[in-house]
Amino acid sequence: MCGIVGLLLKNHALHGRLGELMVPMLTGMTDRGPDSAGMAVFTPPLRDGRRKISLYSGLTDEGAGYDWHRLVNQLNSDLHADADVATNGNHAIVTFDGAVAPVNGWLTTHAPKIHVMSAGRAMDLYKDVGRPAQVAQRYGFARLTGSHFVGHTRMATESAVTPDRAHPFTAGEDFCLVHNGSLSNPYAVRRMLEPRGIRFDTDNDTEAACRYLEWRLRDGDDLPTALQRGLEALDGFYTFLMGTPDELALIRDPFACKPAVVAETDDYVAISSEFRSLAHLPGVRHAHVFEPAPERVYVWKH
Amino acid sequence: METLSFDLTRDTVRQLNQRLHAPAAELAGREVRIFNPDGAHNIAVGLNAPVRVTVHGHAGYYAAGMNQLATVLIEGSASTGVAENMMSGTVRVKGFASNAAGASAHGGLLVVDGDAGLRCGISLKGGDIVVGGSVGSFSGFMAQAGRIVICGDAGSALGDSLYEAVIYVKGDIASLGADAQIEPLGECDVAVVQELLGAAGLSHDARAFKRVASARSLYHWNAEAEQEY
Repeated sequence: MCGIVGLLLKNHALHGRLGELMVPMLTGMTDRGPDSAGMAVFTPPLRDGRRKISLYSGLTDEGAGYDWHRLVNQLNSDLHADADVATNGNHAIVTFDGAVAPVNGWLTTHAPKIHVMSAGRAMDLYKDVGRPAQVAQRYGFARLTGSHFVGHTRMATESAVTPDRAHPFTAGEDFCLVHNGSLSNPYAVRRMLEPRGIRFDTDNDTEAACRYLEWRLRDGDDLPTALQRGLEALDGFYTFLMGTPDELALIRDPFACKPAVVAETDDYVAISSEFRSLAHLPGVRHAHVFEPAPERVYVWKH
Repeated sequence: METLSFDLTRDTVRQLNQRLHAPAAELAGREVRIFNPDGAHNIAVGLNAPVRVTVHGHAGYYAAGMNQLATVLIEGSASTGVAENMMSGTVRVKGFASNAAGASAHGGLLVVDGDAGLRCGISLKGGDIVVGGSVGSFSGFMAQAGRIVICGDAGSALGDSLYEAVIYVKGDIASLGADAQIEPLGECDVAVVQELLGAAGLSHDARAFKRVASARSLYHWNAEAEQEY
C-alpha cells in the first residue's frame, strides 16, 4: 500500500506556500499509509563548500529533549566545521563547512544513536512514525517553504514500523526516493551493492532501490538512464517518486500495479497515488490531469 | 421531479450511497448531482434504480461499481475499477479511466471518452465497453462475453486467454495475448461496431476496425504443448 505525494512549484511566487499546499496532500493519503510519514523538502542550495545534514534523535535516551547545541559545540571544537543547528524536537538540521563524510564519521564515534536521515546542499528531511497529520503537526510541515517536495505515508508490509524505516529514503547527497508497492529482490540488489562499499542503514526494500539508483547516478548515468536500468534491476510492483535539487522524477512498474496520478498547471506539477490528495490545489479543476504510463520515465524540472 | 444534490465536501459517500439505495420506485426518474467528488472512492456504487447521476469532477476507485439500471455520467476522470461488475445501465467517463475499467461487467454499457488504463474489460462477462481513446496492456484479459470497442490503440497482450468476448480495435495493437487472433471483419461485426459507437455517441468508420477474438486453442488441455503457448 503506502501513499506517495510530490509537488514541484514552477511559479516562484508559490515557494512560500509549499508547506501549506503540501500538508493536505500528505494527510489525504492517510488511508493508504497510516503508520508513518515523511517528507523531503528542497530549498535554495547552500553555497558550495557548505553542507547540511538532517538528524534524528528519537533513538537516543533523551529523544526530543536531546541537547543539539551541546552536540554542535563539540563538533565545532573537534572539527572546526563552523556548524550551525536548527532544531525541531527530535529533528535537527546541522549546517557546516567541508565535506559530509568527516562529520558523519565523527557522529558515528561521538553520537552513535543519532540517525543521519539526509545530506546535501538543498534537501531537508523529516520522517517519523505516527499518522501523517500527527507527523506534519509535530514538525510544523505547514510552515515549510521551498521549490519542491517528495512525501510519503507508510503502511508497512515488509519491514518494521520504525522512524528510520519510514520514507523518504536518501542516498549520497540531495537524492531521495519514496515508493508505494513492494520489491521482490531487495536482498539481491543489496548483495550486489554491498561489495561495492555501499552501506545500508535498514532492511527496508525501498532503501535498496534508493541506493541502487544513487549508485547509478554517481557512476555517471543521468536520471532517465538510471531509471531505465532500474526497470531491469529492481523487480516488483511500484511507483517510484524521486527528488533532486532541481527535479522530480517518476517511474511505474511495467504492470502499473501501483497507482499514480499527475495534475499539471502553469504554476505546478503535483503527483500523488490518488487524486484525493490533489483536490485542494489551486486551479486543479483546470489542471491537465493524467495517469503516467507504465515503464515511462517522467522528469519535471523547476 | 426534484433533483437530488450532494456536495461531498459536506456529505459523506455513505450518506450519498444510502440515499441512492432507496427503493427503485422511489428513485425512478430522479436526477442526482454529485458535487466536489474530489477523487472519493465508491461513489454511486450498487445503484439499482433508473436514475440519472452526474458526478461533477474526478471520481476515485470503483465509481458506479455493480451498477444496475442507472445512467451515470462522470464529468472528470475515474480511478481504478469504474463500473466494475456492472449488471445493466450506462456509465460514461468524460475524462480518462484508470486500470480495470469495466472489470467483470455482466451487462450495461461503459463509455470512456478518453484513454483507459491497463486491464480494461478484464474478465468481462457480457457487458459492452467503448473507449474513445486508447487502452493499456492486458485489456480484455480472460474476457468471457461482451464486446469491447477501442477507437484508439491497444497496449501489449490484448485479449490474452480470451473466451467468447470480442474486441474491436481501430488503431494499432502493440501485441496480442495468448490465444487472441485477428479475424476478418464480417457484416455482423460492422453492425455491432456501428451499434456500439452509436450508443456511445462517437463517430468512426466501423469498417476501419479490426476484430480480435479467441482462437479457442486454450479451451482444451493439450498435454503435448508442454506448457508452451
